[in-house]
Order: sequence, then C-alpha cells, then structure tokens
Amino acid sequence: MAVSEQRSVGAVTPQKAGFLEPLILKAGKTLAAYELVYETYGTLNADRSNAILVCHALSGGHHVAGYYADDPKKTGWWDNMIGPGKAIDTDRFFVIGVNNLGGCHGSTGPTSIDRATGQPYGAGFPLVTVEDWVASQARLMDRLGIQKLAGVIGGSLGGMQAMQWTIQFPERIGHAFVIAAAPKLSTQNIAFNDVARQAIVQDPDFHGGNFYAHGKVPARGLKLARMLGHITYLSEDLLGEKFGRETKGEGYAFNYDVEFEIESYLRYQGDKFAQVFDANTYLIMTKALDYFDPAKESGGDLAKALAPAKAGFFVASFSSDWRFPAARSREIVRALVAGKKRVTYAEIDAPHGHDAFLLDNVHYHKIVAAYADNVASELGLGLRAGPLVIGGTELEEMKGYGGKEGGGE
Amino acid sequence: MSPSQQRYDFELISSWIPEGARVLDLGCGDGTLLAGLAATQRVVGYGVEIDPAGVLASVANGVDVIQLDLETGLSTFGDGEFDFVILSQTLQAMKNTEKVLHEMLRVGRQGIVTFPNFGYWKHRLDIAMGHMPVSKTLPYQWYDTPNIHLCTVKDFEDLCVKVGAEILDERVITGGHQVNFMPNLLGDLAVFRFKRK
Repeated sequence: MAVSEQRSVGAVTPQKAGFLEPLILKAGKTLAAYELVYETYGTLNADRSNAILVCHALSGGHHVAGYYADDPKKTGWWDNMIGPGKAIDTDRFFVIGVNNLGGCHGSTGPTSIDRATGQPYGAGFPLVTVEDWVASQARLMDRLGIQKLAGVIGGSLGGMQAMQWTIQFPERIGHAFVIAAAPKLSTQNIAFNDVARQAIVQDPDFHGGNFYAHGKVPARGLKLARMLGHITYLSEDLLGEKFGRETKGEGYAFNYDVEFEIESYLRYQGDKFAQVFDANTYLIMTKALDYFDPAKESGGDLAKALAPAKAGFFVASFSSDWRFPAARSREIVRALVAGKKRVTYAEIDAPHGHDAFLLDNVHYHKIVAAYADNVASELGLGLRAGPLVIGGTELEEMKGYGGKEGGGE
Repeated sequence: MSPSQQRYDFELISSWIPEGARVLDLGCGDGTLLAGLAATQRVVGYGVEIDPAGVLASVANGVDVIQLDLETGLSTFGDGEFDFVILSQTLQAMKNTEKVLHEMLRVGRQGIVTFPNFGYWKHRLDIAMGHMPVSKTLPYQWYDTPNIHLCTVKDFEDLCVKVGAEILDERVITGGHQVNFMPNLLGDLAVFRFKRK
C-alpha cells in the first residue's frame, strides 16, 4: 500500500531504552535488566502533558504508525488510527508505541540473549503479566520524562493494559481507551488459547522452547495456532461473505489438499505469521491474556478493583466480535458506573468480528476522534486542524491475502 | 419533536435538579440536556442512547454517554445510584413502557418523565375530524411515527399508581407556558416528577 506523506506520520525510526533496575515480576521471578523498543510520533509539548501510549495486542509491536524509510510498505499496525489529522491526531498528541516484554520485535524476550547463560532465553524467559508490562511501560515513561499520560489506548489485550494502567498508576493516566477488551478471559477464550499453545509445544521442532539452539522453528505449531486464532478474530458472516464455499478448482478433488478458499487463506495467514513471529512469545502472550483478571484479588468485584482509578474511560465494543463480545465490555462499563467513574461506551456496528478494532470504520474512528478531541481540549492542546482523516484501506488484510501484520487479539 | 419544543421541558427539568446531583438521562439524544446541566448545575452522570449518531453527538458535546438499548432494561445501573433518572420525550416510543418505569424507580431516587399529551385539544380535534393527530409534539404521520405508546396526562397518572410511583410534581405546558386550567385538554407537553412509594 502506498503511503502518502500527508496521511502518515512518515518515516519513523525505532528507539531502544535499556533498564538496569531489576523488574520483579508477578510470577515471582526477576528480570535483572531489560530493553524496551519503542517508537514515537508527534511532538512532546513543553509541559509534557500530551502523551498517549499505545499498547499492543497479542501479535502487535511498537511499530504502530508510519513506515520505515528502507521498507515503505511496512506501515504500522494502527496507522489508520494514528497520524496527522487521524482519530489520534499526532498534530496535537505525542504518541508512543512500545513492544512489550516477552515480545519478539526487539524488546527483551525469549529470543534475547540471557546474560547469565550467553544463550537465548527460550523457554527460560519468565512468564510476564499485564501488570508487569504496565510496570515496565511506566518506567519507559519515567525515561521519557512523562509523569502523566494524557491517555493509554489499546484494543483487545492492549485494552486490558489500558485498564490496568488506571488501577496500577491512577495518578499517571488521564484517560483509558479500552477497545474490544474484556475484564478477564472467558472459559472459551482460555480454551482457544490452550489449543493454540498445545499446537506449538507439541510441534517436534519446539524442543521444549529451546528450538533456537537446534536451529529449528516450530513453524507447523505456530501456523496452526495462528490459523485457529485467526478464525476467532473474524466473524462467521465475514468469512462466509469473503470465501463462502468457493474452491480452487472446479468440482471436488476428493483428497486432503488445499481445496476450499478458506483453507488457502488460513494456511497463507498461518505461514506468513510463522515466518515472522516467535513461538515462545506466542505462548507468553496467550498466558498473559489468560492470567489477566484484575478483579481476582477483590473477590471478583471489578468495581472494587477499579476503585483506585481516576481516569476517564472510553470503552468500545464491536457488534460482531464473538471473541470479546459486547457483553464483556458492558461488564467493564457496569463496574465503572458502580464506582461513579467517568465513562463513555460505544457499541459499534461492524461486521468484521474482533479484528474490527484494527480496521477502518467511519463511525468508530469518528467517535474515538471525538473523545480524543475532548482530551485535547481538556489539556488545552487546541483544535483539530482539518477534517478527520481515516487512513488505510478497509480490510486491506483480506485483499489478495496480503496486508498488515500484527492484527488479532 | 423540534429543538425549540424540547427546550421547554428541559427548562422545567433543570429547575428541579439541584447543584451537583447525580443524573441519568435515558434517551439523551445529542446530550444537550446533560451538557447544560453539567455547565449550569455541575451535575454528574451519564446519558444513555441507542442511536449511534446521538452517541457520537453526545461525546462531541462532552457528555459521558453509554450506548444501550433501554428496552433491555437498565442492568448496567445499580439500585439507587442516581438522584434523578430522566426520560424526556422517549416514553411514547418505547415498547416496554412499564418496565422502563420500574427500572427508573429502581436506579433513581426520583424519576422525571416528559411526553406529548395525546389529550391535547388539537390532537382530539384531529381525531374528531377523522385523522391521526400531527402537531409540534407529535410531528409524525401515522405511518412513519416512532411513537407506539401515546397516552394522556390522566393515563400516565393511572400508570404511576400501577407501577408504585408517587407523583411529586406534575406540569403541563404549551409553547413554554404552564397550563393550569384543564391541563389535559389545553397542554401539549406533560412533565412528571415522581419517586418510589
């Protein structure tokens, strides 16, 4: 997809921040030192009040907007939402994208070298939680000199991090954008995650997570995991509409080769993902999802868990999302109302399923923009310079099976 | 309903709501009422709206709005969470009329309902002349109206008794003026304030 300078934050360069202060993880282990890779867009204002942190979902990373000068096709995974004149307007906001710990896009994770052994962490990388990520993100904000974020935004697992910010650092976040998220995974969600994990760990090339040493990649398992996940990110109607029962050839072949278009599509997506994503990271991310349950320590009372929050909340769900259905977002809203928090909730009519949060949808982008504009006016950041820009092309991902990475929960 | 018509009940509602009250505005439209109440009386609370355009307009007006279908009830809201629950010119378009009143009594200390008075003389005259009424408060033709549960001032009084609501205040207005003489005949917009008995 050609990127016009006008609609994009332009060419961006990832940066790294190293931390020597040990991070004590929820699982009880300690990361002695770690690095976070991040990108920023827009300009931090003089009083450092205009920063918005973007939290990624399962497979995303720090490359949220813009493109790389040496790879102009590699646009950020939320480039349609973030940029000059876009819903999150970088003419007024300073936006930060960060790759989470345990990731495979440059922050310390299973593929990083463990200084203690000189080998990749592999299976030895500790399980990290949403709380750990938020703690590490807060340290990155310290490093950037940002005491209080104007907002934290994320979809799916990213939305969970935005919610966690309000609990963990209530003084440091003005607004949380909790999109296509849930207060905790359902039994069915965990079940899907475990099937995905089993596909990976049972791949003979997994080698107990230390496949790097064997020069192998458990690509078959990772592919299956992604295929399964991908089905759950899209709605049944959308799949039906896009692929129906179309077959590659005429008539049935009566064998087990790729035959239906949907098979071809899923295998393509799975293969593409397995080439670029780390299997251990996939395991870690899905476990972080499974463990997220801020109400657990309050006896299941989400309102009590959210009691410390001082942020305003923008909560949104999508009508066709069956992975994190609207009812799950309504649980969050109910808890916020019970706690007398400020909350706006939009239930967006979209046919795409869970991945709708990544896609162009005029109403969705308009309402995020309207909320973000209120945040801007609260902070005296001025008005939007022109009409709202909704970047990208709808359903780019589906076109010729090409498109962006980093989608999905 | 025209914006100017709506303002008349907004003025009356605003006069009833004390500084800093917690308010839930059901069917808040573009959030005008709550935005006004927040500006003048520092009220806090939420608008509830099902129409996406209304939700968007409410956000643009700086109102905390929750997109919900009132017909499915108010399970998002706990018992007695609000000082006032307002339902302005929405009741007549609701399927579950009784249910929403019960829910208003549950989540609010007081309820305020406004609706077009079907007993208004012009409406009666239209019917006498053989037509469904069309007026400022009922601007629709019979075949395209969203209004399915029209009632008169007296009908609503009866329903209040049935759902266990004690009427605290009852006004009928026409063109912004309160009608004290034969209100069910001479007033086109009814405004009720009530609480649980």
